[in-house]
Amino acid sequence: MTALSLLRLIPKPAARIVSGEIILGGENLVEKTDKEMREIRGREISMILQDPQTSLNPVFTIGNQLMEALRIHRKGNRKEMLSRAVDALRSVRVAAPERRMDDFPHQMSGGMKQRVIGAVAISCAPKVIIADEPTTALDVTIQLQYLRLLKEIQAETGLAIIFITHDFGIVARMCDRVAVMYAGRVVEDASVRDLFNRPQHPYTQTLMASVPQMEKTDRLFAIDGQPPALYDLPEGCRFAERCQHAQDVCRREYPQTVQVQAGHSASCWKLDSSWTEPALVGSGE
Amino acid sequence: MPKELLRAENLTKYFPVTKGLLLMKTIGHVQAVDGINFSINEGETLGLVGESGCGKTTTSKLVLRLEEPTDGAIYLDGRDIKDFRGSELKDYRTQVQAVFQDPWSSLSPRMRVRDIVSEALVVNRDVTNKERDERVEEVMNQVGLRKAQADLYPHEFSGGQRQRVAVASALASYPKLIILDEPVSALDVSIRAQVMNLLVDLQQETGVAFLLVAHNLATVRYMAHQTAVMYLGQLVEYSPTEELYENPLHPYTKALFSAALPSHPDDEREEIVLQGEVPSPINPPSGCRFHPRCPFAMDRCSEEEPVQKEMGGGHLVSCHLY
Repeated sequence: MTALSLLRLIPKPAARIVSGEIILGGENLVEKTDKEMREIRGREISMILQDPQTSLNPVFTIGNQLMEALRIHRKGNRKEMLSRAVDALRSVRVAAPERRMDDFPHQMSGGMKQRVIGAVAISCAPKVIIADEPTTALDVTIQLQYLRLLKEIQAETGLAIIFITHDFGIVARMCDRVAVMYAGRVVEDASVRDLFNRPQHPYTQTLMASVPQMEKTDRLFAIDGQPPALYDLPEGCRFAERCQHAQDVCRREYPQTVQVQAGHSASCWKLDSSWTEPALVGSGE
Repeated sequence: MPKELLRAENLTKYFPVTKGLLLMKTIGHVQAVDGINFSINEGETLGLVGESGCGKTTTSKLVLRLEEPTDGAIYLDGRDIKDFRGSELKDYRTQVQAVFQDPWSSLSPRMRVRDIVSEALVVNRDVTNKERDERVEEVMNQVGLRKAQADLYPHEFSGGQRQRVAVASALASYPKLIILDEPVSALDVSIRAQVMNLLVDLQQETGVAFLLVAHNLATVRYMAHQTAVMYLGQLVEYSPTEELYENPLHPYTKALFSAALPSHPDDEREEIVLQGEVPSPINPPSGCRFHPRCPFAMDRCSEEEPVQKEMGGGHLVSCHLY
């Protein structure tokens, strides 16, 4: 939903941006008209979706779909478009791109389709790409190929990537900064190293402990319960119900965002100066 | 020494590829599973890992007797499962159960949880209503659901709870083996650990064996005693899990492990990036099936199929490097 809001693609009239700003290169996207937004989508911000099987249109060729984005955002004759499209395919390391242009999506494997979608996304040289779990539908060895490809493209073009994922491994491999979200709010924001070395929010901490790792076989820490329904959010901290540390104050009021150190902040009452660790009543285990 | 429960010998399944409508001609075979051997001990877990299309699901269907093998056989307690008929087959269906990946589509939306959970029991065994209700209550309790929830429909549960219902329904008929086909990959991350812990606990309580089909290597490491790595219908490596994860031998296993993502940003690991994608199982490559993508391929790999070798400690590998 956050990603869709950035692109101003949230369903109307069910949802609207209530407040806040989206600043891209000094301009506020919330104030843009629909027409201006169409200029921005694809050209400034583009998106890679989760499932390559459904994000390409099965009745158009790869070349056709690549040129659609180019036609909307770039001027030029058909020949230039064609060569731009081929270049985009080449930049995502599709072998023999000229021949692939006339292929239909069903003639390609999942990994290849996801590359084509990547090519569509970067064809207009955007500043930001939103990648929404782009590798969940791919096999692990193909996932690694794809993640490396994104890193290479990022190094070449200097574009920014917003990587939406639930996989801490991808975060560790790909990201520089991390924002941890829970029930509609960012609960922790840090550089990737700080987050892995010193997670502050109990949600981040328990989530990390619940992920099985290749190196260990210790019993997993399970978070009880499940996230609250977004139409019925609690008054206070939204994680309080599942949090081991929760006290009355957590259920009463949403915590302030506390700056733990430069570039690392979290929203938790535990980090507030008024917090006192409760005396352990009995023994839990 | 744990007792062997299930054994697959030279298990093979080819699907014919046909052409034409009236005079169908077989033009080739999809070699989905090609001569694999494995065994599962009582109360233990065998992990089966590999990429999509490598034959994991066909293998589990063969074990469930939803497909007949083209060649080879599966033995449960020493008896060939294809000989089971009538009441013996019903018995087999209660002894081998399955939990599937997606609890949104694996539970019938029009049945109450009570009926879903007891279905295998009612269909395959003669039970009175009272026995049935008692058993439902018992397994609901075992998977951490309240007995009142037996009267609800699946849509009233969250994803994690649905998967608990699926586990309860597999458990109800006192199975010896449950096939877990990607049991946690459709669940929310914070819920996965709950379900994985539940499965491990249930195994300890009831002594049920698991065949765990998964692509997430860390999940397999956490749950499996033995692990088999599959590539294009064949087992390339088969070993006790601990040994395999510390000392992977086959180049494919190494690549698979190196493709698993780091658990910390400072965790620098050597990444073996495989070229290309998994070839078609209709005309698999000659010799070793992995040779076109293998960074260590030699001339003989394309000519000769490697023989499985024992590397000590029950660690089996099929590769010309050893």
